[in-house]
Amino acid sequence: MTPAQVLPMNTKDRRLVGLACLAVLGLATLPWLGSALIVDKLIYLFILVMFAVMWNLLAGYAGLVSVGQQAFIGLGGYALIRLVDAGLPPFVMIFVAAIGAGAVAWLLSWFVLRMKAGEFAIATWVIAETIRSLVMFDPIVQGETGTSLLALNAYDPDLRRLVLYLLALASMVVMVWGTWVLLQRRIGAESQAIRDDEDAAASVGISTFRVKQRIYVIAAIGCALAGALWLASAITFQPRTSFGVQWSVFMLFMVLVGGIGTFIGPILGALVFFGLQELFGDFGAWYLAGVGGLAIFFALYLPNGIVGLWLDRGKDEPLSLRKRLRM
Amino acid sequence: MMMQAMTAEPMLRASGVNKSYGALKVLFDVDFHAMPGEAVGIVGPNGAGKTTLFGALAGSFPVSSGSIHLAGENLSGTSAAERCRLGLARTHQVPRPFLGMSVFENVHVAARSGAGMDQATATDEAAEILRRTGLLALANRSAASLGLLDRKRLEVARALATRPSVILLDEIGGGLTEAELGALIDLIRSLQADGMTVVWIEHILHALLRVVTRLVCMAEGRILAQGDPRDVMAHPQVQRAYLGSSPE
Repeated sequence: MTPAQVLPMNTKDRRLVGLACLAVLGLATLPWLGSALIVDKLIYLFILVMFAVMWNLLAGYAGLVSVGQQAFIGLGGYALIRLVDAGLPPFVMIFVAAIGAGAVAWLLSWFVLRMKAGEFAIATWVIAETIRSLVMFDPIVQGETGTSLLALNAYDPDLRRLVLYLLALASMVVMVWGTWVLLQRRIGAESQAIRDDEDAAASVGISTFRVKQRIYVIAAIGCALAGALWLASAITFQPRTSFGVQWSVFMLFMVLVGGIGTFIGPILGALVFFGLQELFGDFGAWYLAGVGGLAIFFALYLPNGIVGLWLDRGKDEPLSLRKRLRM
Repeated sequence: MMMQAMTAEPMLRASGVNKSYGALKVLFDVDFHAMPGEAVGIVGPNGAGKTTLFGALAGSFPVSSGSIHLAGENLSGTSAAERCRLGLARTHQVPRPFLGMSVFENVHVAARSGAGMDQATATDEAAEILRRTGLLALANRSAASLGLLDRKRLEVARALATRPSVILLDEIGGGLTEAELGALIDLIRSLQADGMTVVWIEHILHALLRVVTRLVCMAEGRILAQGDPRDVMAHPQVQRAYLGSSPE
């Protein structure tokens, strides 16, 4: 008897992956061609993609709807400030800071993952605010005033920008590719089962806490890495900004608009959000109202986001993670 | 044969199990067992505690007191997931498919996590179980698109994929046509023939009695009677509690 098989990636998706690889290669050469302004803006776009992909991993694939990921964005930045203040090399410490934030997430997970749904969401926010308050007690942070990553000023601005750009691009690529690989593995299917029904997932042998814990820590490391990169790009660390709930709102918006629980959705959502900020960001309160209105529109009329437009037309989801049995 | 059953170690045994939710007690000193390869039926009126007993056996919640053993191993303190991996699978009275996944993925993840299979073996196993449960043609459909009957089939398929030694079936016959019931009975008999222990809660008595060799009747959280199905059904307390009448 022929063994049963899972269908391989279809031709359209393979083309899409090929295009993505070409785009990454193009982006890798851009700092030598584009202006400093474009490079700075693209660093921010890469960071947005990382935030969206991590929040989608957490909420879209594991059902852990957090409004407190800013805890790790801020911790990534804060740890970087502290490590660099101790005389350690800033670019390397970006990654060490992310791992440190992951360790904090692991500790917090024993408490926060005991909660579900709304309780979990509120707890994550409370934790983020608590960490922010604690960080503000650190004399180096100077309360509300904040501090700066002055060590980076020792580098030539163009070199600093180039290194940061390449680090952000590489981090984004690794995060997107790593998420793809992770979700293809057993833990990916287990996290989706937990998202759909945690008790039923346990009844088929899934260690629900262990799976959620791993996803939570991975998402925390991802957000902390993006947060540390953002700080290295912005230089200034202000607790209210780094630990601000606006990051969670941005993540939610990007994932909602792109398509929650889809692989490509958060990337599309990040592009839309970046475009909106670039085009309308100067309109201040009107811009924020417009973004809010758009989020409400998607929640009401396009709950599956932009990817849902494909699905509604009977087309396959691009880069779907669904395993299809060869019949 | 009877003597063998009397002396062998039960595959599944609950001893003095009590369960309370605050002041509300729902299981009272329940003693229950199923021998290896045996098919045991559980009947009782709604609210008798049948599904609660399944929850207690499967580790869906901790019991207030008492113990549960699987193949001689004390399951106290083990989670539902651990019990599944030890060989105790269950279906749910109201089907609980993973709605964001396909039918195949539902079964595949159970094979991987419950039975610890690798990707390729789990794929083979899932395809075989889908064929056996009549779901193969729907393998790539979203579980959310299934009707109630197919969702019930999926519950059984998912439980089977964990390669259990004991399977707890909770009212999987409800809503089936006679032909579908016949197919279900054939499936359960084939599981038993494979050496699996089956514990089946069911209200469709004629279907249940075609499969089980022992019957347990519960009411108000207690076991009223257990033993030969005909004797149990003829028991006056069972007649009164379950059928609403007692022979004069």
